[in-house]
Amino acid sequence: MTVLEQPGAYRLAPPPGWRPRTDPAPLLPDAAPFRLLGTGTGPDGGAGADADGRAASGAHAGTADGGALDPELLLRLHRALVRGRRYNQQATALTKQGRLAVYPSSTGQEAAQVAAGLVLEERDWLFPSYRDTLAAVARGLDPVEVLTLLRGDWHGGYDPRATRVAPLCTPLATHLPHAVGLAHAARLAGDDLVALALVGDGGTSEGDFHEALNFAAVWRAPVVFLVQNNGFAISVPLAKQTAAPSLAHKAVGYGMPGRLVDGNDVAAMHSALGDAVAHARAGGGPTLVEAVTYRIDAHTNADDATRYRTDGEVAAWREHDPVALLERELRSRGLLDDAGVAEAARDAEEMAADLRARMNADPELRPADLFADVYAAPTPQLTAQAAQLRAELDAEAAAEAGAEADNRAETRTEGGGR
Amino acid sequence: MSTLDTAAPGGTGAGAAAGRGAAGARKPVAMAQAVNRALRDAMAADPAVHVMGEDVGALGGVFRVTDGLTAEFGEDRCTDTPLAEAGILGTAVGMAMYGLRPVVEMQFDAFAYPSFEQLISHVAKMRNRTRGSLPMPLTLRVPYGGGIGGVEHHSDSSEAYYVATPGLHVVTPATVADAYGLLRAAIASDDPVVVLEPKRLYWAKEQWSPEDPEEVPGIGSAVVRRRGTSATLITYGPSLPVCLAAAEAAREDGWELEVVDLRSLVPFDEETVAASVRRTGRAVVVHEASGFGGPGGEIVARITERCFHFLEAPVLRVTGLDIPYPPPMLERHHLPGVDRVLDAVARLQWESGRTMSGDGGGDGGTEGGGD
Ligand SMILES: Cc1ncc(C[n+]2csc(CCOP(=O)(O)OP(=O)(O)O)c2C)c(N)n1
Ligand SMILES: [Mg+2]
Repeated sequence: MTVLEQPGAYRLAPPPGWRPRTDPAPLLPDAAPFRLLGTGTGPDGGAGADADGRAASGAHAGTADGGALDPELLLRLHRALVRGRRYNQQATALTKQGRLAVYPSSTGQEAAQVAAGLVLEERDWLFPSYRDTLAAVARGLDPVEVLTLLRGDWHGGYDPRATRVAPLCTPLATHLPHAVGLAHAARLAGDDLVALALVGDGGTSEGDFHEALNFAAVWRAPVVFLVQNNGFAISVPLAKQTAAPSLAHKAVGYGMPGRLVDGNDVAAMHSALGDAVAHARAGGGPTLVEAVTYRIDAHTNADDATRYRTDGEVAAWREHDPVALLERELRSRGLLDDAGVAEAARDAEEMAADLRARMNADPELRPADLFADVYAAPTPQLTAQAAQLRAELDAEAAAEAGAEADNRAETRTEGGGR
Repeated sequence: MSTLDTAAPGGTGAGAAAGRGAAGARKPVAMAQAVNRALRDAMAADPAVHVMGEDVGALGGVFRVTDGLTAEFGEDRCTDTPLAEAGILGTAVGMAMYGLRPVVEMQFDAFAYPSFEQLISHVAKMRNRTRGSLPMPLTLRVPYGGGIGGVEHHSDSSEAYYVATPGLHVVTPATVADAYGLLRAAIASDDPVVVLEPKRLYWAKEQWSPEDPEEVPGIGSAVVRRRGTSATLITYGPSLPVCLAAAEAAREDGWELEVVDLRSLVPFDEETVAASVRRTGRAVVVHEASGFGGPGGEIVARITERCFHFLEAPVLRVTGLDIPYPPPMLERHHLPGVDRVLDAVARLQWESGRTMSGDGGGDGGTEGGGD
């Protein structure tokens, strides 16, 4: 059997003999977002009732790890969440100091980001969008390298092949087919890696989203699609984006399971993504995970969110804060006290100070790089243009030096014959 | 509709001083506001005009160009669509088939690319393949070009793709008056018009009257923005201010440069361009798009075909480099600036000492400048 062969025969039969290829029921997402924090799901397994007394139920409530909230994992997630929150604050501050051209903050979405960054094995690939720098940082990448795109000295600062993190993708949803193709190629090669691809709620409207999910399902590619539904595509609310019952429901139409998860519940996110990754690795095919979350900050530092949403709406989501949710759980279990909180904050502060210090240094600009790597070998035209630019810059430098030397204003000096 | 299309083609007036009524007072107005005004006036004048795009509603567009339109005309007339450019343009095609005049906004140059299937396979061809039964009176507005410090995919000069597609008109304003006038003309046109709006000029203010917008030449007309005798700079959109600054600076070197603002890439105003080049005998084409395969190649070819015997030097180009658009901290190396324009002018074989020998081209010889 090749990897492209699908299990289960499918024969077209005229009605009334027609049957659906597969039973859609197991593909359906839970009726309510899957949650673990605050549900009383104990370290010893059993899924309990949540704060409203509703059972944490549904087809997927029994997770691969038995729904267990492993204390060590929870503490690790806590550290990462606190660092993530601080990272977002620091990056936003760097825009105000002119050190970043722009920053799309993931404040409020740290649980989804951190879970995505921590759930993968080293051999797996992450396909982030522009908003997912924190996921890459949580995966262990150097934040300065991750932020290079947004600083603006190059289009990216880390090596995708070495880090197994694809370039931050700005054209919406266009990286999703890449994730499918890479995962498919790995499967053809017999490698058991998984690709985790991140997209926003708005991005699900793009044609590439549809095509990627369809290919992934038809090819049973080991891909996990994580949609962070943060309520908005810049100013456009989800209601104008889709009429689907939920974004997770879209999975059913492609023949893959959809999972609806409380995106601010880092334990639920880690568990749901972990299940999906394990399922994909085992050859079960793709999963679509919708993280229900909220973009607390404006779209970017350049956006004015007051034009399209109320403070009240934001306040309601602040009450469902991913860091606070986890801290409440940890404290109630006696796993975290004030000292632990302070220790996590100190750790985050160290990361922020290091990031600040290194981002405050001017990056070294190399204009010659503009011509490098456009092709494996430069065209004759590019070689000529590179020489031209070098001559211009040399003349510019000479002019500056000259102007300094004799303090004589000289406006345009470089170039031919003036 | 106003008299937008009545100006004589090939107009070579100084543009800004065209005849105006006494009613509306001129005041400093930014290009983005003039575009907004054009949309508003067009929507008020014709209920068939519908604006659609991403974030064009409550937000008023990421450049505030559609500010207030949903509030004034309702969501059915100015619509925040689902986030899918192919879907936006594809549904606009259907709306146009049913008699509407959709005005589609693409958020940024590079984010229009998903819509190219619809643009190239349908929008551009529909009139032709249906023998005129289904014209496409739709307008595609695309903020384009660099110089705004944008990270990748926010600064493309994508005009070459559009001008290479027969069936599309392609215009690009460089002044506030043109931003209004060309957009009104585009919306009024029964053919699809791509309006490329230079985003780095969005906030540039000029004296203009929103209540009494001056008439500007219609689609298909270039305008001489500055008179000169030494050489002609041919440009459009974001590079017009660069060329005007270069012309100013060139006076120090003894060159009087003429500056032609194309305004309309398709149709291309060969008459105005050829007349100018015949007068000056020398020409440089300036645009931000990459040179290789860029519009400059077509323009130079046409000048050579029309003006060969009037030329004192090869027609040169100053363009963006043949590279993917650079990151913001390096973009200045890519963009044509005053110095590169002047360098090109300096290379127009002044030392040959030849003067213009042709006739009928107007006011005669050139003077050697520079050196
Ligand atoms: C193809 C494409 N169209 C438009 C844009 C401009 N744009 C950037 S972010 C954005 C909103 C995306 O919303 P969503 O997918 O929900 O992600 P979020 O920003 O909320 O994380 C838009 C329209 C783009 N980047 N790519
Ligand atoms: Mg969103």
